[in-house]
Amino acid sequence: MLYLFEMNSVSVSYGTGFALRDVSFRVSESDFIGVIGPNGGGKTTLLKVILGLIKPVSGKIIFSNDLASGNSIGYLPQISTGDITYPVTVTDVILSGMMIRKKIISRMSKKDKKRAAEVIDELGLSALAHSSLNELSGGQLQRVFLGRAIIGNPQLLLLDEPGNFVDSNFENDFYEKLRDLNRRMAILMVSHDIGMISSYVKSYACVNMGLHYHPSSEITNEQLLAYGCPVQLITHGEVPHTVLKIHS
Amino acid sequence: MLGAVFASITAGLAGTYIVSRRMVFLSGGITHASFGGIGIGYYAGFNPVIGAAIFGIISALGVEYLSVRHKIREDSAIGILWAFGMAIGIIFIYMTPGYSPNLMSYLFGSILTVTYADIIALGIMSLLLISYFSIFYRTILYISYDEAFARTYSPYVNTFKYITTALIALTIVLNIRMAGVILVLSLLTIPPNIAMIFTRVYSRIIIWSVVAGFAGTAAGYVISYYAGIPVGATIIFTLVLIWLIVKGIFRIVMMRGKRQKP
Repeated sequence: MLYLFEMNSVSVSYGTGFALRDVSFRVSESDFIGVIGPNGGGKTTLLKVILGLIKPVSGKIIFSNDLASGNSIGYLPQISTGDITYPVTVTDVILSGMMIRKKIISRMSKKDKKRAAEVIDELGLSALAHSSLNELSGGQLQRVFLGRAIIGNPQLLLLDEPGNFVDSNFENDFYEKLRDLNRRMAILMVSHDIGMISSYVKSYACVNMGLHYHPSSEITNEQLLAYGCPVQLITHGEVPHTVLKIHS
Repeated sequence: MLGAVFASITAGLAGTYIVSRRMVFLSGGITHASFGGIGIGYYAGFNPVIGAAIFGIISALGVEYLSVRHKIREDSAIGILWAFGMAIGIIFIYMTPGYSPNLMSYLFGSILTVTYADIIALGIMSLLLISYFSIFYRTILYISYDEAFARTYSPYVNTFKYITTALIALTIVLNIRMAGVILVLSLLTIPPNIAMIFTRVYSRIIIWSVVAGFAGTAAGYVISYYAGIPVGATIIFTLVLIWLIVKGIFRIVMMRGKRQKP
């Protein structure tokens, strides 16, 4: 199994105290990891460190050759930071995902545009390809941003709370889509919706300043409480649930 | 007339950028701050346009810098700059001995007194903006659409923001000669808004802004010549009129379209 990247006792600080402390973990090619933990626990910070937006105060991240050279990381930010009234079309937004390979000069080749059409088709957005963003529903928007993240065929996809603005109709479709994508790329998904993601992710990383990795996708209430944050699971006895090991 | 062409090109390109990035207020600040440079130019005896350009660029970069660093709320910074520039301008023009400059031409613009040098400067500016926007079209588009996302792939986001803002400031200052400090902002903001009534594609907005800007400028010029009223004001009036008419037509077309559907 090949590792995409490896974090070695990485710590991050925003000036006062630590946002992440002594985090070590590895992500491999076919991982689908659910990143869970309390608000302010450092989940988004973890993604930003991987993206290189924040420099760790200590420790380091070692990327595999492919990841380091191709910059091949797709990213879906928490609630879009873009202005949805901005005059830009679905195709343009999805094409902007190609910029990770371009840096400064921004011409899009025929091949890029063909690739954009493929992604649009794959995500079922063909009818909206030339619509502007303010004509889309929340679920459609989310698929556009997913398109932007995957157009470059990344090896690693980072998702920050993708469930936040998906209408429940689309939610299952969306996660199914992710499962599909996971055949081609590793996925690291921040979510607080443990109930929803538990049937899709393969393993968990609990982030609350520190990081605990659970290789299997099993989790229970007690263990979540044991890791020191108030997480509640509302379950019925019949509902299948998963159990993780206690942190050592 | 050539001046009107260049003014429309520069204003269309810069205008589309500021309107879609919601920088209209910032642009107002730049415009009025540059009046300080005009005043100093008069006082010190150099070309007021150069003074205005220096003031405009410094104030634009200053506000952009402050907002990048989150040192001060952007709108407050702009508000202060806006009045400060005007104050400096008025003080220096007042102190300029003997010669009482034609203030009105800077405040309200006068296409008729535009010099050959002004037109050449605008022509160069047009070329500069056209090449900048065509080479870096998508880079500029994506940074201004979603800056936070752009930062995930490019280390040059701030560099591009500063360059673009400086070019916008220069565009505004050069167009002050055409429309004046008070009216130049509408030369930049109305044409893109006309275009955005019927298209949401960025590149088309630019093209239609240039067309609309030229139509408004040319018509305003002709009307003002025959009616004997100030050019700058007539141009703005014409542009707003075009905006209303296009909006009206578009609404009627839309309603027809809806009615035919069922």
